Amino acid sequence: MTGYAVSARDVSVRFGDTRAVDEVSLEFAAGEIHGLLGRNGSGKTTLLSTFAALRRPAAGRVLVDGEDPFENERVMEGVCLIRESGDVLELAKIPENLRYFANARPTWDADFADELVDAFELDRRKPVNRLSRGQQSAFGAVVGLASRAPLTVFDEVYLGMDAPSRYRFYDLLLADYVEHPRTIILSSHLISEVERLFAGVAILEEGRVLLAEDADTLRSRGTAVTGPSAAVDTATAGLTVLSTRELGRTKQVTVYGDLDEAALAAARAADLEIDAVPVQDLFVHLTNREPS
Amino acid sequence: MFDGRDPIYLQIADQIRGDVLAGRLAEGEQVMSTTQYATTFRINPATAAKAFARLVDEGVLYKQRGVGMFVAEGAQDRLRELRRESFFAERLLPVLREAEVLGITAAELVHQIGRGAEAGAPSAGAPAANNGGER
Repeated sequence: MTGYAVSARDVSVRFGDTRAVDEVSLEFAAGEIHGLLGRNGSGKTTLLSTFAALRRPAAGRVLVDGEDPFENERVMEGVCLIRESGDVLELAKIPENLRYFANARPTWDADFADELVDAFELDRRKPVNRLSRGQQSAFGAVVGLASRAPLTVFDEVYLGMDAPSRYRFYDLLLADYVEHPRTIILSSHLISEVERLFAGVAILEEGRVLLAEDADTLRSRGTAVTGPSAAVDTATAGLTVLSTRELGRTKQVTVYGDLDEAALAAARAADLEIDAVPVQDLFVHLTNREPS
Repeated sequence: MFDGRDPIYLQIADQIRGDVLAGRLAEGEQVMSTTQYATTFRINPATAAKAFARLVDEGVLYKQRGVGMFVAEGAQDRLRELRRESFFAERLLPVLREAEVLGITAAELVHQIGRGAEAGAPSAGAPAANNGGER
Protein backbone atom coordinates (compact mmCIF):
# COMPACT_ATOMS: atom_id res chain seq x y z
CA MET A 1 0.00 0.00 0.00
CA THR A 2 1.47 3.35 -0.95
CA GLY A 3 -1.09 5.62 0.61
CA TYR A 4 -4.46 7.17 -0.06
CA ALA A 5 -5.07 9.71 -2.77
CA VAL A 6 -7.19 12.71 -1.82
CA SER A 7 -9.45 14.50 -4.21
CA ALA A 8 -11.40 17.65 -3.37
CA ARG A 9 -13.96 18.69 -5.96
CA ASP A 10 -15.65 22.09 -5.71
CA VAL A 11 -15.53 21.87 -1.93
CA SER A 12 -17.11 24.71 0.04
CA VAL A 13 -17.36 25.10 3.79
CA ARG A 14 -19.28 28.00 5.31
CA PHE A 15 -19.28 29.44 8.79
CA GLY A 16 -22.41 31.58 8.88
CA ASP A 17 -21.95 34.04 6.05
CA THR A 18 -18.23 33.38 5.74
CA ARG A 19 -16.98 31.05 3.05
CA ALA A 20 -13.96 29.54 4.82
CA VAL A 21 -13.39 27.20 1.88
CA ASP A 22 -14.78 28.37 -1.42
CA GLU A 23 -15.18 25.92 -4.32
CA VAL A 24 -11.79 24.32 -3.83
CA SER A 25 -10.69 21.62 -6.26
CA LEU A 26 -7.38 19.94 -5.51
CA GLU A 27 -5.79 16.55 -6.12
CA PHE A 28 -3.22 15.03 -3.77
CA ALA A 29 -1.58 12.04 -5.43
CA ALA A 30 -1.10 8.87 -3.39
CA GLY A 31 2.31 8.19 -1.85
CA GLU A 32 3.74 11.67 -2.11
CA ILE A 33 4.59 14.48 0.28
CA HIS A 34 2.42 17.52 -0.40
CA GLY A 35 2.57 21.04 0.92
CA LEU A 36 -0.58 23.01 1.64
CA LEU A 37 0.42 26.61 2.11
CA GLY A 38 -1.49 29.75 2.90
CA ARG A 39 -1.58 32.65 5.28
CA ASN A 40 -3.41 32.41 8.59
CA GLY A 41 -7.13 32.26 7.94
CA SER A 42 -6.74 31.15 4.32
CA GLY A 43 -8.80 28.01 4.93
CA LYS A 44 -6.07 25.37 5.27
CA THR A 45 -7.24 23.89 8.55
CA THR A 46 -10.89 23.89 7.49
CA LEU A 47 -10.08 22.11 4.23
CA LEU A 48 -7.87 19.56 5.97
CA SER A 49 -10.56 18.82 8.54
CA THR A 50 -12.88 17.77 5.70
CA PHE A 51 -10.26 15.19 4.65
CA ALA A 52 -10.40 13.73 8.16
CA ALA A 53 -14.21 13.83 8.23
CA LEU A 54 -14.24 16.28 11.13
CA ARG A 55 -16.33 18.55 8.97
CA ARG A 56 -18.66 17.90 6.11
CA PRO A 57 -18.48 20.24 3.12
CA ALA A 58 -21.58 22.39 2.53
CA ALA A 59 -21.07 21.70 -1.16
CA GLY A 60 -18.76 19.61 -3.28
CA ARG A 61 -17.13 16.26 -2.57
CA VAL A 62 -14.07 15.00 -0.76
CA LEU A 63 -12.81 11.58 -1.77
CA VAL A 64 -10.13 9.78 0.23
CA ASP A 65 -8.90 6.60 -1.39
CA GLY A 66 -11.86 6.96 -3.73
CA GLU A 67 -14.54 7.18 -1.02
CA ASP A 68 -16.32 9.80 1.03
CA PRO A 69 -14.51 9.68 4.41
CA PHE A 70 -17.56 10.85 6.36
CA GLU A 71 -18.68 8.10 8.77
CA ASN A 72 -16.56 5.70 6.72
CA GLU A 73 -14.77 3.41 9.12
CA ARG A 74 -12.54 1.70 6.59
CA VAL A 75 -11.16 4.97 5.25
CA MET A 76 -10.95 6.74 8.60
CA GLU A 77 -8.78 4.00 10.13
CA GLY A 78 -6.20 5.03 7.59
CA VAL A 79 -6.48 8.79 8.02
CA CYS A 80 -4.48 10.57 10.69
CA LEU A 81 -4.85 14.33 11.13
CA ILE A 82 -2.55 15.99 13.63
CA ARG A 83 -3.31 19.61 14.34
CA GLU A 84 -1.34 22.10 16.33
CA SER A 85 -3.10 21.04 19.53
CA GLY A 86 -1.64 17.57 19.03
CA ASP A 87 -4.93 15.65 18.70
CA VAL A 88 -4.05 13.32 21.56
CA LEU A 89 -5.53 12.40 24.96
CA GLU A 90 -4.45 15.51 26.81
CA LEU A 91 -5.14 14.37 30.35
CA ALA A 92 -3.34 11.05 29.94
CA LYS A 93 0.39 10.38 30.14
CA ILE A 94 2.34 9.37 27.07
CA PRO A 95 2.33 5.58 27.68
CA GLU A 96 -1.47 5.55 28.02
CA ASN A 97 -1.75 7.60 24.83
CA LEU A 98 0.49 5.15 23.00
CA ARG A 99 -1.63 2.19 24.12
CA TYR A 100 -4.76 4.00 22.96
CA PHE A 101 -3.38 4.74 19.49
CA ALA A 102 -1.99 1.21 19.18
CA ASN A 103 -5.57 -0.03 19.53
CA ALA A 104 -7.13 2.61 17.31
CA ARG A 105 -4.71 2.40 14.40
CA PRO A 106 -4.13 -0.81 12.48
CA THR A 107 -0.86 0.49 11.00
CA TRP A 108 0.58 1.69 14.35
CA ASP A 109 4.24 0.80 15.03
CA ALA A 110 4.75 0.65 18.81
CA ASP A 111 8.55 0.28 18.70
CA PHE A 112 8.86 3.24 16.38
CA ALA A 113 6.59 5.28 18.68
CA ASP A 114 8.90 4.55 21.63
CA GLU A 115 11.96 5.49 19.60
CA LEU A 116 10.30 8.76 18.62
CA VAL A 117 9.38 9.61 22.22
CA ASP A 118 13.06 9.15 23.08
CA ALA A 119 14.23 11.08 20.02
CA PHE A 120 12.15 14.11 21.06
CA GLU A 121 13.16 13.61 24.72
CA LEU A 122 9.55 13.68 25.89
CA ASP A 123 8.68 13.22 29.56
CA ARG A 124 6.61 10.03 29.93
CA ARG A 125 5.62 10.78 33.54
CA LYS A 126 3.43 13.86 33.04
CA PRO A 127 -0.03 14.16 31.54
CA VAL A 128 0.34 15.53 28.02
CA ASN A 129 -1.34 18.83 28.89
CA ARG A 130 1.36 19.45 31.52
CA LEU A 131 4.17 19.20 28.96
CA SER A 132 5.59 22.37 27.43
CA ARG A 133 3.92 23.61 24.26
CA GLY A 134 6.87 22.41 22.21
CA GLN A 135 6.74 18.95 23.80
CA GLN A 136 2.99 18.73 23.18
CA SER A 137 3.53 19.56 19.51
CA ALA A 138 6.36 17.04 19.33
CA PHE A 139 4.13 14.37 20.81
CA GLY A 140 1.53 15.14 18.14
CA ALA A 141 4.28 14.61 15.58
CA VAL A 142 5.19 11.28 17.25
CA VAL A 143 1.59 10.07 17.00
CA GLY A 144 1.35 11.19 13.37
CA LEU A 145 4.57 9.44 12.39
CA ALA A 146 4.05 6.22 14.37
CA SER A 147 0.49 5.84 13.06
CA ARG A 148 1.96 5.25 9.58
CA ALA A 149 -1.51 6.07 8.29
CA PRO A 150 -1.93 5.82 4.50
CA LEU A 151 -3.04 9.46 4.71
CA THR A 152 -1.15 11.44 7.33
CA VAL A 153 -1.85 15.15 7.66
CA PHE A 154 0.26 17.47 9.78
CA ASP A 155 -1.51 20.78 10.16
CA GLU A 156 1.05 23.26 11.50
CA VAL A 157 2.07 20.74 14.18
CA TYR A 158 5.57 22.12 14.28
CA LEU A 159 4.50 25.62 15.26
CA GLY A 160 5.18 25.10 18.95
CA MET A 161 8.47 23.29 18.44
CA ASP A 162 11.83 25.01 18.62
CA ALA A 163 14.08 24.89 15.57
CA PRO A 164 16.13 21.81 16.59
CA SER A 165 12.93 19.83 17.25
CA ARG A 166 11.45 20.92 13.93
CA TYR A 167 14.54 19.78 12.04
CA ARG A 168 14.49 16.49 13.96
CA PHE A 169 10.87 16.12 12.86
CA TYR A 170 11.69 16.77 9.18
CA ASP A 171 14.57 14.26 9.29
CA LEU A 172 12.53 11.55 11.01
CA LEU A 173 9.64 12.15 8.62
CA LEU A 174 11.85 11.81 5.53
CA ALA A 175 13.70 8.73 6.78
CA ASP A 176 10.46 6.99 7.71
CA TYR A 177 8.73 8.04 4.50
CA VAL A 178 11.46 6.39 2.43
CA GLU A 179 10.97 3.12 4.33
CA HIS A 180 7.18 3.39 4.44
CA PRO A 181 5.88 5.51 1.58
CA ARG A 182 2.45 7.00 2.21
CA THR A 183 0.51 10.15 1.44
CA ILE A 184 1.63 13.00 3.65
CA ILE A 185 0.19 16.51 3.64
CA LEU A 186 2.03 19.22 5.56
CA SER A 187 0.49 22.60 6.06
CA SER A 188 2.79 25.39 7.07
CA HIS A 189 3.72 28.96 6.66
CA LEU A 190 7.38 28.25 7.56
CA ILE A 191 7.90 27.71 3.87
CA SER A 192 11.64 28.06 3.52
CA GLU A 193 12.13 25.21 5.99
CA VAL A 194 9.81 22.75 4.35
CA GLU A 195 9.47 23.56 0.66
CA ARG A 196 12.16 21.10 -0.44
CA LEU A 197 10.32 18.25 1.23
CA PHE A 198 7.38 18.61 -1.13
CA ALA A 199 6.67 16.89 -4.41
CA GLY A 200 3.62 19.10 -4.92
CA VAL A 201 2.49 22.42 -3.53
CA ALA A 202 -0.95 24.03 -3.27
CA ILE A 203 -1.48 27.55 -2.01
CA LEU A 204 -4.80 28.73 -0.59
CA GLU A 205 -5.79 32.37 -0.38
CA GLU A 206 -9.04 33.50 1.20
CA GLY A 207 -10.54 30.05 0.90
CA ARG A 208 -9.66 29.63 -2.77
CA VAL A 209 -6.90 27.84 -4.64
CA LEU A 210 -4.27 30.37 -5.65
CA LEU A 211 -2.13 27.74 -7.34
CA ALA A 212 -1.39 24.02 -7.32
CA GLU A 213 1.74 22.74 -9.02
CA ASP A 214 4.52 20.27 -8.69
CA ALA A 215 7.27 21.77 -6.56
CA ASP A 216 9.96 21.86 -9.26
CA THR A 217 7.64 23.80 -11.55
CA LEU A 218 6.75 26.25 -8.81
CA ARG A 219 10.43 26.81 -8.04
CA SER A 220 11.08 27.68 -11.68
CA ARG A 221 8.14 30.09 -11.83
CA GLY A 222 9.82 33.03 -10.23
CA THR A 223 12.75 34.92 -11.70
CA ALA A 224 14.53 37.98 -10.40
CA VAL A 225 16.05 40.15 -13.12
CA THR A 226 18.58 42.74 -11.98
CA GLY A 227 20.50 45.40 -13.89
CA PRO A 228 20.23 48.86 -15.42
CA SER A 229 16.60 50.08 -15.27
CA ALA A 230 16.03 50.45 -19.01
CA ALA A 231 17.46 47.03 -19.83
CA VAL A 232 15.44 45.38 -17.05
CA ASP A 233 12.27 47.05 -18.32
CA THR A 234 12.95 45.74 -21.83
CA ALA A 235 13.62 42.22 -20.60
CA THR A 236 10.52 42.05 -18.42
CA ALA A 237 8.07 43.84 -20.73
CA GLY A 238 4.80 41.92 -20.99
CA LEU A 239 5.58 39.60 -18.06
CA THR A 240 3.68 39.32 -14.79
CA VAL A 241 5.62 41.54 -12.40
CA LEU A 242 5.36 40.58 -8.74
CA SER A 243 7.60 43.25 -7.30
CA THR A 244 9.97 46.02 -8.31
CA ARG A 245 12.85 47.47 -6.36
CA GLU A 246 15.07 50.31 -7.43
CA LEU A 247 18.41 51.39 -6.11
CA GLY A 248 19.78 54.33 -8.06
CA ARG A 249 19.95 53.21 -11.67
CA THR A 250 19.79 49.56 -10.79
CA LYS A 251 16.46 47.86 -10.82
CA GLN A 252 15.36 44.43 -9.68
CA VAL A 253 12.13 43.07 -11.02
CA THR A 254 10.64 39.80 -9.83
CA VAL A 255 8.50 38.18 -12.50
CA TYR A 256 6.17 35.21 -12.38
CA GLY A 257 5.73 32.75 -15.19
CA ASP A 258 7.84 30.92 -17.72
CA LEU A 259 10.81 32.79 -19.08
CA ASP A 260 11.70 30.97 -22.27
CA GLU A 261 15.29 30.23 -23.25
CA ALA A 262 15.35 33.05 -25.81
CA ALA A 263 14.25 35.60 -23.23
CA LEU A 264 16.87 34.30 -20.78
CA ALA A 265 19.61 34.41 -23.40
CA ALA A 266 18.62 37.96 -24.37
CA ALA A 267 18.66 39.04 -20.73
CA ARG A 268 22.09 37.51 -20.20
CA ALA A 269 23.42 39.07 -23.36
CA ALA A 270 22.25 42.43 -21.97
CA ASP A 271 24.39 41.64 -18.89
CA LEU A 272 21.38 41.33 -16.62
CA GLU A 273 21.58 39.12 -13.60
CA ILE A 274 19.07 36.29 -13.53
CA ASP A 275 18.34 34.71 -10.16
CA ALA A 276 16.00 32.13 -8.71
CA VAL A 277 13.27 33.33 -6.39
CA PRO A 278 12.87 31.23 -3.25
CA VAL A 279 9.41 29.71 -2.88
CA GLN A 280 9.02 31.62 0.39
CA ASP A 281 9.44 34.93 -1.49
CA LEU A 282 7.10 33.83 -4.28
CA PHE A 283 4.52 32.96 -1.63
CA VAL A 284 4.85 36.36 0.02
CA HIS A 285 4.54 38.16 -3.32
CA LEU A 286 1.60 36.07 -4.49
CA THR A 287 -0.39 36.29 -1.26
CA ASN A 288 0.44 39.87 -0.38
CA ARG A 289 -2.00 41.49 -2.75
CA GLU A 290 -3.65 44.73 -1.81
CA PRO A 291 -7.26 44.18 -0.77
CA SER A 292 -9.39 45.04 -3.77
CA MET B 1 22.69 24.73 -1.11
CA PHE B 2 20.47 24.03 -4.11
CA ASP B 3 19.18 27.57 -4.51
CA GLY B 4 19.96 28.00 -8.20
CA ARG B 5 17.32 28.35 -10.91
CA ASP B 6 17.57 24.76 -12.11
CA PRO B 7 15.35 22.07 -10.62
CA ILE B 8 16.94 20.63 -7.48
CA TYR B 9 17.46 17.19 -9.03
CA LEU B 10 19.61 18.73 -11.77
CA GLN B 11 21.63 20.59 -9.16
CA ILE B 12 22.17 17.37 -7.21
CA ALA B 13 23.23 15.53 -10.37
CA ASP B 14 25.63 18.36 -11.15
CA GLN B 15 27.14 18.24 -7.70
CA ILE B 16 27.76 14.49 -7.92
CA ARG B 17 29.27 14.87 -11.41
CA GLY B 18 31.57 17.52 -9.95
CA ASP B 19 32.61 15.19 -7.12
CA VAL B 20 33.39 12.38 -9.56
CA LEU B 21 35.27 14.72 -11.87
CA ALA B 22 37.42 16.09 -9.05
CA GLY B 23 38.08 12.61 -7.69
CA ARG B 24 36.30 13.28 -4.42
CA LEU B 25 34.15 10.30 -5.34
CA ALA B 26 36.36 7.51 -6.66
CA GLU B 27 35.27 4.99 -9.27
CA GLY B 28 33.70 1.98 -7.58
CA GLU B 29 32.98 4.01 -4.47
CA GLN B 30 29.49 3.92 -2.99
CA VAL B 31 27.53 7.17 -3.05
CA MET B 32 25.04 8.26 -0.41
CA SER B 33 21.71 6.48 -0.48
CA THR B 34 18.50 8.25 -1.45
CA THR B 35 17.54 8.28 2.23
CA GLN B 36 20.86 9.70 3.34
CA TYR B 37 20.68 12.30 0.61
CA ALA B 38 17.12 13.25 1.44
CA THR B 39 17.71 13.57 5.16
CA THR B 40 21.11 15.25 4.87
CA PHE B 41 19.84 17.98 2.57
CA ARG B 42 16.19 17.82 3.74
CA ILE B 43 14.79 17.29 0.29
CA ASN B 44 12.04 15.09 -1.07
CA PRO B 45 13.43 11.55 -1.57
CA ALA B 46 11.87 11.43 -5.04
CA THR B 47 14.00 14.45 -5.97
CA ALA B 48 17.18 12.65 -4.93
CA ALA B 49 16.02 9.47 -6.68
CA LYS B 50 15.43 11.44 -9.89
CA ALA B 51 18.99 12.78 -9.77
CA PHE B 52 20.39 9.27 -9.26
CA ALA B 53 18.24 7.87 -12.07
CA ARG B 54 19.64 10.51 -14.41
CA LEU B 55 23.22 9.70 -13.44
CA VAL B 56 22.56 5.99 -13.97
CA ASP B 57 21.24 6.82 -17.46
CA GLU B 58 24.40 8.80 -18.15
CA GLY B 59 26.58 5.91 -16.99
CA VAL B 60 28.09 7.93 -14.15
CA LEU B 61 26.56 5.71 -11.47
CA TYR B 62 25.41 2.13 -11.46
CA LYS B 63 22.95 0.44 -9.20
CA GLN B 64 23.62 -2.76 -7.32
CA ARG B 65 20.29 -4.14 -6.24
CA GLY B 66 19.82 -4.17 -2.51
CA VAL B 67 23.24 -2.64 -1.89
CA GLY B 68 23.21 0.87 -3.31
CA MET B 69 24.64 3.19 -5.94
CA PHE B 70 28.28 3.19 -7.00
CA VAL B 71 30.46 5.34 -9.23
CA ALA B 72 30.83 3.59 -12.58
CA GLU B 73 34.14 2.47 -14.05
CA GLY B 74 35.41 5.14 -16.46
CA ALA B 75 32.94 7.76 -15.23
CA GLN B 76 35.63 10.32 -14.50
CA ASP B 77 37.08 10.10 -18.01
CA ARG B 78 33.69 10.32 -19.64
CA LEU B 79 32.73 13.35 -17.57
CA ARG B 80 36.05 15.01 -18.29
CA GLU B 81 35.46 14.52 -21.99
CA LEU B 82 32.00 16.11 -21.74
CA ARG B 83 33.22 19.00 -19.64
CA ARG B 84 36.05 19.70 -22.08
CA GLU B 85 33.54 19.98 -24.89
CA SER B 86 31.58 22.63 -23.00
CA PHE B 87 34.59 24.34 -21.44
CA PHE B 88 35.23 26.79 -24.23
CA ALA B 89 31.64 27.87 -24.72
CA GLU B 90 30.61 27.98 -21.09
CA ARG B 91 33.78 28.98 -19.25
CA LEU B 92 36.25 30.58 -21.59
CA LEU B 93 33.88 32.68 -23.68
CA PRO B 94 32.60 34.71 -20.70
CA VAL B 95 36.23 35.31 -19.62
CA LEU B 96 37.13 36.54 -23.10
CA ARG B 97 34.11 38.86 -23.11
CA GLU B 98 35.05 40.24 -19.71
CA ALA B 99 38.66 40.70 -20.89
CA GLU B 100 37.43 42.68 -23.86
CA VAL B 101 35.39 44.97 -21.61
CA LEU B 102 38.43 45.48 -19.40
CA GLY B 103 40.72 46.11 -22.36
CA ILE B 104 42.93 43.09 -21.67
CA THR B 105 44.68 41.97 -24.83
CA ALA B 106 44.97 38.42 -26.09
CA ALA B 107 48.74 38.56 -25.59
CA GLU B 108 48.28 39.59 -21.97
CA LEU B 109 45.83 36.73 -21.42
CA VAL B 110 48.20 34.19 -22.91
CA HIS B 111 50.98 35.57 -20.72
CA GLN B 112 48.82 35.25 -17.60
CA ILE B 113 47.79 31.71 -18.48
CA GLY B 114 51.46 30.80 -18.80
CA ARG B 115 52.25 32.35 -15.43
CA GLY B 116 49.26 30.61 -13.84
CA ALA B 117 50.67 27.27 -14.88
CA GLU B 118 54.08 28.14 -13.36
CA ALA B 119 52.43 29.30 -10.13
CA GLY B 120 51.22 25.78 -9.45
CA ALA B 121 47.84 25.57 -11.13
CA PRO B 122 47.51 22.15 -12.74
CA SER B 123 49.13 22.32 -16.16
CA ALA B 124 47.11 21.49 -19.23
CA GLY B 125 46.89 17.83 -20.05
CA ALA B 126 48.06 16.50 -16.68
CA PRO B 127 45.31 14.45 -15.08
CA ALA B 128 44.27 15.86 -11.73
CA ALA B 129 43.66 12.36 -10.43
CA ASN B 130 46.59 12.31 -8.01
CA ASN B 131 45.46 13.60 -4.69
CA GLY B 132 47.66 15.93 -2.74
CA GLY B 133 47.71 18.29 -5.68
CA GLU B 134 44.91 20.33 -4.19
CA ARG B 135 45.74 23.92 -3.47
